[in-house]
Amino acid sequence: MSTKVLIVAEHDGAKLNPSTAKCVTCARGITGAEITVVVCAADASALASQAAQLAGVTKVLTVENPANAHALAAVLAPQIVALAGPFTHVFGPSTTFGKDLMPRIAALLDTAQVSDIMAAESPTRFRRPIYAGNAILTVEIDAGTKIVGTVRTASFESAANGGSAAIEKASVTADLPTHTRFVSVSAAKSDRPDLQTASRVISGGRALGSADAFKILYSLADKLGAAVGASRAAVDAGYAPNELQVGQTGKIIAPELYVAIGISGAIQHLTGIKDARTIVAINKDGEAPIFEVADLGLVGDLFQIVPELEKLIAAR
Amino acid sequence: MKRILVGIKRVVDYNVRIRVKPDGSGVITDGVKMSINPFDEIALEEALRIKERGGAEEVVVVTVGPADCQPQLRTALAMGADRALHVQADGVVEPLVAARAILKLVEREEPLMVILGKQAIDDDNSQTGQMLAALWNRPQATFASKVELADGKARVTREVDAGLETLEVDLPAVITTDLRLNEPRYVKLPDIMKAKKKPLETLTLSAIGVEQKQRLKLVKFEPPPQRQKGIRVKDAAELVEALKKKGLL
Ligand SMILES: Cc1cc2nc3c(=O)[nH]c(=O)nc-3n(C[C@H](O)[C@H](O)[C@H](O)COP(=O)(O)OP(=O)(O)OC[C@H]3O[C@@H](n4cnc5c(N)ncnc54)[C@H](O)[C@@H]3O)c2cc1C
Ligand SMILES: Nc1ncnc2c1ncn2[C@@H]1O[C@H](COP(=O)(O)O)[C@@H](O)[C@H]1O
Repeated sequence: MSTKVLIVAEHDGAKLNPSTAKCVTCARGITGAEITVVVCAADASALASQAAQLAGVTKVLTVENPANAHALAAVLAPQIVALAGPFTHVFGPSTTFGKDLMPRIAALLDTAQVSDIMAAESPTRFRRPIYAGNAILTVEIDAGTKIVGTVRTASFESAANGGSAAIEKASVTADLPTHTRFVSVSAAKSDRPDLQTASRVISGGRALGSADAFKILYSLADKLGAAVGASRAAVDAGYAPNELQVGQTGKIIAPELYVAIGISGAIQHLTGIKDARTIVAINKDGEAPIFEVADLGLVGDLFQIVPELEKLIAAR
Repeated sequence: MKRILVGIKRVVDYNVRIRVKPDGSGVITDGVKMSINPFDEIALEEALRIKERGGAEEVVVVTVGPADCQPQLRTALAMGADRALHVQADGVVEPLVAARAILKLVEREEPLMVILGKQAIDDDNSQTGQMLAALWNRPQATFASKVELADGKARVTREVDAGLETLEVDLPAVITTDLRLNEPRYVKLPDIMKAKKKPLETLTLSAIGVEQKQRLKLVKFEPPPQRQKGIRVKDAAELVEALKKKGLL
């Protein structure tokens, strides 16, 4: 049986989220997979042409409906299910968008979901982290069972541009509920790189002590062109907004450089940074667990070290 | 009666260092501390607060799992739940099976709301709430950091990648909890005594008409690759030099 993968595109109405290109790479890892991307939006044309450029994509389906202006799982799921018939796999990213939507699709299709796919070893065999990444589980599904999956974006490079997939309008007949309504989203506007895709990330922990003190990390990050992240403790204490949380229950990232400042290195935090190329730790406690995973460790007071670093980097 | 159903999953305590069995057949759980999934404590706390504010009259906790889940249900009763329902099931309970079982109890109990955790910290699936909402054909508001009820509706703030999103959903609905929704209360000793007398009903999957299908075969468990231990630098200047050498500056 041929492998046909449907990927649910994530976007903000104007731009495709990079997570979609990572799902494409995951699907391309399945030998012989034919890849279709579906874009559900109020106006899908610009998004569809972005998706059509992703290398490896054969077809882009657009589902246009004013109800798709905001991504509501209860509204999107029946539309995807209506299209899912011919596909063997339905994939979405393991971002809050995909985590919210994909299980709803799986249940309507009466099938299982494989969450956080880090490798597709065959059309039916996948590897995924469990227990905050402290174990890697290989799962297998009977051939012939439709598979819904979320793709762990940190495990895959983005598919390159250069493709030219056909774009097709899909007509979907599905009952769309009105019981769920979008009210608002408060996204902090920032010129800094996005945490999930940045090649450099500077993260701060509880040790920063206040939202005001946390600003020294923004200043350092700007010198490096880095994104800013935070531990749960820093977010809980209100030093940094929730969308900066890195870890098991926050964002899972894979930057070239990760600098953990005043972060102890709890397993729930470490699982979010395991795929970073180089980890730097700055902590005054030489015994802190973060040093067990750090490529470069510096023991000392962050309030002295961070300004020094900033000066040295500015002078470089 | 205005009722809230809360899902409780028994998991390896979050402080335990997980080890994979040498034969790759699972992780070591013998003699390991077990607890209520942290997100489910938050779910229960939220339900109790809604009840205390007069938004509900009864909080019922539900678990699907083997007999040794009962201590966690007792802890939930000690925290303040009024009743517990235990659907007995040995072996692997996949999220879709848990969702189907909870749906059966939803049909029986007709709750105003079901609150589950956003993920169980053992399998890290993050599926059950969304699946239940789909099967029930009701709204879902996942990853909640704030829940306000009024006029048969819930206004829920959700922690999403972009920041905070607010949804309005008609009730009944499924809500899943994020870490910052609340801080769960501690259980007091007298409450543990009282909890022993609270009703705990035992059911089975087959009695409620749910088939325990296992669709994912667990082929093998492996420890994650270990990172190489790195080096120490003595000051900021050395750090900058080391980063330059790696081509990172
Ligand atoms: C269910 C669950 C999910 C969780 N999910 C996450 C998650 O996604 N992400 C996450 O990060 N955590 C998560 N946690 C929390 C995690 O267990 C830790 O509590 C948290 O990561 C600790 O944050 P921290 O390292 O900033 O604080 P702490 O552990 O308090 O560490 C502060 C560190 O700063 C150092 N320090 C203090 N002063 C200075 C100074 N002047 N200069 C230099 N160093 C200094 C200290 O030596 C210490 O190592 C989760 C927990 C649970 C139970
Ligand atoms: N077997 C179960 N019994 C009761 N509740 C469960 C069970 N499995 C999952 N849940 C609930 O669903 C949430 C999400 O779990 P999961 O989808 O497994 O990550 C948990 O936090 C629980 O609230």
